[in-house]
Amino acid sequence: MRLVLSFLRGHTIYALILLLAVFVVGVEIVRPSTVTPLWASNTILFAAPLAIMAGGQTLVMLTGGIDLSVASVATGAAYLLATNASSGAAPAIGLALLVGVIVGLINGIGVALLRVQPLVMTLGTGLMTGGVLIVYSQHMMASQPHVPDIIQTLGAGRVFGLVPIDLFLWVVIAALILFGLQRTGFGRLLYAVGDNREACHLAGVRVWRVLFANYLLCAILAAIAGLVVVGGTNAADLSLADSYLLPSVACVVIGGTSIFGGRGGYAGTIIGALILTVLTGLLTLLDISEPIKQILYGAIILSLAAAYARLTE
Amino acid sequence: MTDASARNTGSSWRTLARAGRFLGMPLLLAASLAATIAVHPDFGSFEIQSLALGALPLALAAAAQAIVVISGGIDLSIGSMIAVSNVLSASLMQHATFSQSLALSIVVLIAGAGQGLLNGLVVAFSRIPDVVATLTTGFIWGGVALLILERPGGGAPAAYLNIGAGADFWPWLPNALVMMIVAIAAIWLPIRLSRIGLLIYAAGSDPVAAFRSGVDVMRARTIAYVFSGIACAVGGMALTMTTGIGAPLAGAYYTLSSVAAVVIGGVSLAGGRGGMVGPVIAALLLTLAPMVLVFLGIDPNYGQVIQGTLIVMVVMIAGFFAFLQERK
Repeated sequence: MRLVLSFLRGHTIYALILLLAVFVVGVEIVRPSTVTPLWASNTILFAAPLAIMAGGQTLVMLTGGIDLSVASVATGAAYLLATNASSGAAPAIGLALLVGVIVGLINGIGVALLRVQPLVMTLGTGLMTGGVLIVYSQHMMASQPHVPDIIQTLGAGRVFGLVPIDLFLWVVIAALILFGLQRTGFGRLLYAVGDNREACHLAGVRVWRVLFANYLLCAILAAIAGLVVVGGTNAADLSLADSYLLPSVACVVIGGTSIFGGRGGYAGTIIGALILTVLTGLLTLLDISEPIKQILYGAIILSLAAAYARLTE
Repeated sequence: MTDASARNTGSSWRTLARAGRFLGMPLLLAASLAATIAVHPDFGSFEIQSLALGALPLALAAAAQAIVVISGGIDLSIGSMIAVSNVLSASLMQHATFSQSLALSIVVLIAGAGQGLLNGLVVAFSRIPDVVATLTTGFIWGGVALLILERPGGGAPAAYLNIGAGADFWPWLPNALVMMIVAIAAIWLPIRLSRIGLLIYAAGSDPVAAFRSGVDVMRARTIAYVFSGIACAVGGMALTMTTGIGAPLAGAYYTLSSVAAVVIGGVSLAGGRGGMVGPVIAALLLTLAPMVLVFLGIDPNYGQVIQGTLIVMVVMIAGFFAFLQERK
């Protein structure tokens, strides 16, 4: 037992995969013969937007920050896409991504240049984004919102009826993040800044540039995630991606990235996103009311995060 | 500029900053009220009463957040805790008499303290950072609120709902304001004036130094969360008084706004610094802003935009001055 624990301590990714397997077995036990290729396809379909959003969150957390505006950015991107779809898919997608760029720039200026605490800064910009959306929606009552076909295909389509299309986007983004973190100077700088900002500064690193790029990237990833979400639901409202905020933070933490920075990576986050998606599915299978589901979900996240903190200490 | 003169301007800046810390918020409130009267001359005692009543839940939320932030943490579950107290009071008191309602208030307070205690224990023992822990417990409390009352409803006896309405002492001193001051003083003064307060400030300002001087940091922070839960319970009941019903989803606004009030009110998010006056006045300001918008004929939907912009501006300006000081 001790041997197993010490192995898992050294290779936390296996502990996470084990946990994922446990949840999948749990699903199979609760309702036998649920776990089919189609079920797996669905799980990936729903996990992809979460994992993309959590990708940005991972980058930010590696530098010791947090981005609480991701859900608002995702909602904003989705809403702008849906309300501007009549002017063509490409301009609408451009506008949607612009939401991410603008909020990312503001976050970057605040956190990187003016050294505002990321928590407050992103809470504020999240609030601003939400508020602007409310005002915007009041002026947009007349037009008929709809989601362009290409985004619907992205968010809900499958190749051969089995492989979700958003998986391709996810794979590309995941490859970029994994490669970027391990093989590029920028990736190493993220770890370095998260580990010891002062030392980086003294070593001649322009810390603000690293952080600026980081918050910008995170917001753009959140906007992309918003597009995938709205493609899946095919309807945009002002609270579309609100429910993604907690999971986006939780799957990074469960995935082993320290919120204090310098430790972790995207591989853990990927498994974390899959775990949370399977967990949501599991809770849906259980015949319990929505509030109880919410309480259980939170309690399980807490225990997983606590267990992880114990395991790695 | 020579060194001496640089130091001189530095110290006069500091004196100004120190004076600003004590007087800034009251002055800002006075200026805002004066500006409000300027754009809307009819602004009188009745408007002051509705301002105080409207700000009551937020002021308590701000107080709750301030206690935790001073202890070095942050509580993102405040909105949900207020929602729980709101629906709990509204469902318990629906068919109660006035005196029964007062007794039931104690039950709500105990429930609030219990939630705060659980928050504190999770933070202290799970080693999960405050942000993640309270974001998650907030999700759980949200479920609890839905469990108590699935959709908006419930109520309380009229006499109970009217505790905060009107002005019995002086037309310009609304009952709601008296209640706000009494409730926050009742929660805060015992902490501030006792050893517990010292421990909380110590734990927040430098946990390592505090630990080495024999402060049980985790206990101090757990206590801060308990008091935060109690303040949220009062805030939830105040919300019942202002809206007349319980609404399981009404709390969301208060999590963000309480952080806003704390930041605007000059409590350092690094912990260990700040008091209760700033956040409470900030809560009044944050409630006044949408009222002014209505007077000006601007769409009140801009309220959230302005609140977000206000937080961002305040922290950015503070960051800018810190940046300037470092360059000197």
